[in-house]
Amino acid sequence: MSNPAECPSSLVIERVFPHPPEKLWRALTESSLLAQWMMNNDFEPVAGRKFQFRADPMPNWNGIVDCEVLVVEPLQRLSYHWGTGGAESGLQWVVLWTLTPAEGGTHVRMEQSGFGPDQRAAYQGANYGWQKFFGGLERVLGEQA
Amino acid sequence: MILLVKPVNANPVFRALADPTRRAIFEELTRQGEQTVHSLTRYAGVSQPAVSKHLTVLKRAKLVRHRREGRETHYRALPAALAPMVDWLQLYGAFWRDRFDRLEALLERME
Repeated sequence: MSNPAECPSSLVIERVFPHPPEKLWRALTESSLLAQWMMNNDFEPVAGRKFQFRADPMPNWNGIVDCEVLVVEPLQRLSYHWGTGGAESGLQWVVLWTLTPAEGGTHVRMEQSGFGPDQRAAYQGANYGWQKFFGGLERVLGEQA
Repeated sequence: MILLVKPVNANPVFRALADPTRRAIFEELTRQGEQTVHSLTRYAGVSQPAVSKHLTVLKRAKLVRHRREGRETHYRALPAALAPMVDWLQLYGAFWRDRFDRLEALLERME
């Protein structure tokens, strides 16, 4: 499977935490801990399992993120679909967490990528044209500035 | 959590650009400037009705604009329509940085 992490232009947030990977993994995968920093959820670290993040509803958003676990590689990688606005009209993304041991702690990388209905295909490596597209997008926006 | 409101506005833009052929057509228009449906058809390598259909979707998302000249229809890109997508990236960026801060605080509390 090709990896959307190879697309440098999708949304990436990275940080080194002064804690071991085991602790990070618990915070990412134990539902009660996850609720304390993300949102209320019924997450289970099992590939194929559907779950939801739930926040308070607000105008234009019912407060629900519909997710499905894609990848569970303990202490290393965790990935899930992230969908807002319902399956039909909503937006679909893939969130990928990567943990790497670093000096004095753990390097955490979160990548959110993929838009729209062909996103699953994109994740599987077919037609992954976003890297090129964002390259063009940045150029266009640069020209406008 | 206001960032999750925004994708609703961005939705037509994301949907229009989710298709690889439409993305290619839009890119070509941003690169080469205004073009006829004919020349876009040559570039895209699909039938002209298919190109016209893609252009209609792009038009609905306000990503392109057209004008007629004789028997030809000319299209050009409106890159400003990408603004909701850029907003989205900035807003979700703020969302995740905030979550990282909360994760850091949680890790301090954990055994």
